[in-house]
Amino acid sequence: MSVDMNMNILIVDDYKTMLRIIRNLLKQLGFNNVDEATDGSMALQKLRDKDYGLVISDWNMEPMTGIQLLREVRADSKLKALPFIMITAESKTENVVAAKEAGVNNYIVKPFNAATLKTKLSSVLGNF
Amino acid sequence: MTKIAKSSDAGMPPELNARLSELQVQSRSPSREDVAEVVSEMLQSLEGDLSEVNLKVYSELEGLAKYILAAKREIAALRPDDITSEHLPKATDELDAIVGSTEEATNGILQAMELLEGLTPQMPAEIAEQVTNAVTQVYESCNFQDITGQRITKVVKTLKHIEDRVEALVAAFGDEIQKYRETHLREEPQQPKSTDEKLLNGPQLPDDAGKQADIDALLASFD
Repeated sequence: MSVDMNMNILIVDDYKTMLRIIRNLLKQLGFNNVDEATDGSMALQKLRDKDYGLVISDWNMEPMTGIQLLREVRADSKLKALPFIMITAESKTENVVAAKEAGVNNYIVKPFNAATLKTKLSSVLGNF
Repeated sequence: MTKIAKSSDAGMPPELNARLSELQVQSRSPSREDVAEVVSEMLQSLEGDLSEVNLKVYSELEGLAKYILAAKREIAALRPDDITSEHLPKATDELDAIVGSTEEATNGILQAMELLEGLTPQMPAEIAEQVTNAVTQVYESCNFQDITGQRITKVVKTLKHIEDRVEALVAAFGDEIQKYRETHLREEPQQPKSTDEKLLNGPQLPDDAGKQADIDALLASFD
């Protein structure tokens, strides 16, 4: 199955520069429909208001963290199947385990490069 | 003996008083044994109020009190009130300024890269590919702003924790700190900074920094 390059992608990070970097890298990969949120609660609202094909979220944000957002998404009957990639500086084993248990599809550790982002996207969405 | 008899009226234990009265009735000079007996009785009468153990405890308590006083003076000499009112807030502000300035610089770099990337359709394919690769590397490198920002946030939280602890210390030793200030500020006036030292302030926080236009105006005022 081919990847819908026109899908809406929501990126979530409390650092505006990081949102800008991820958006630019996604654009290079051919994904142009990218929305932004600066914490989990804002992201959750956007996810409920519009159809998205993927969430790429940071972990450490306030008031709602990335892991809380992930749990909310998995607990929501309409959103529970949404692909979710965590992209974070939290690199301890316990973090990765907690994210996996909460239902994350893949995990990218900051700082990351464009090749890693492409590999993880392919792993979650399929080759493009 | 008269002297002894008189003093016996002033709060002397009844047993001792009776013994002295007995010696007085006998109307003779007290022998060495009589004196030793009276002194012994006096010492025994003291035992209930001030034993050797009590004396040792009092001595230890006195030593402890002196130790606590010395510790309080040393803590006061650290000037913990200055740490919370001046040093820690200043350090936090400087760290916040670092985050702000790196964010601003990163946005500037990203903006320039986006402009460059936007020009690639006008470039020959081979050149455009090289430019795109270079731009991608810059995007990747700009990850640093997020990482350093998070690290600095951790340091700021640690400083806040220290500030809370020092504030508790100031509350506990407030009087001692005030006494230290009053005496030592009189006794030890701070060494005045030399003119050159006064000019070494490092970068100013954004709100305090002079703007180039103000500096130009100042320079122009010398003409």
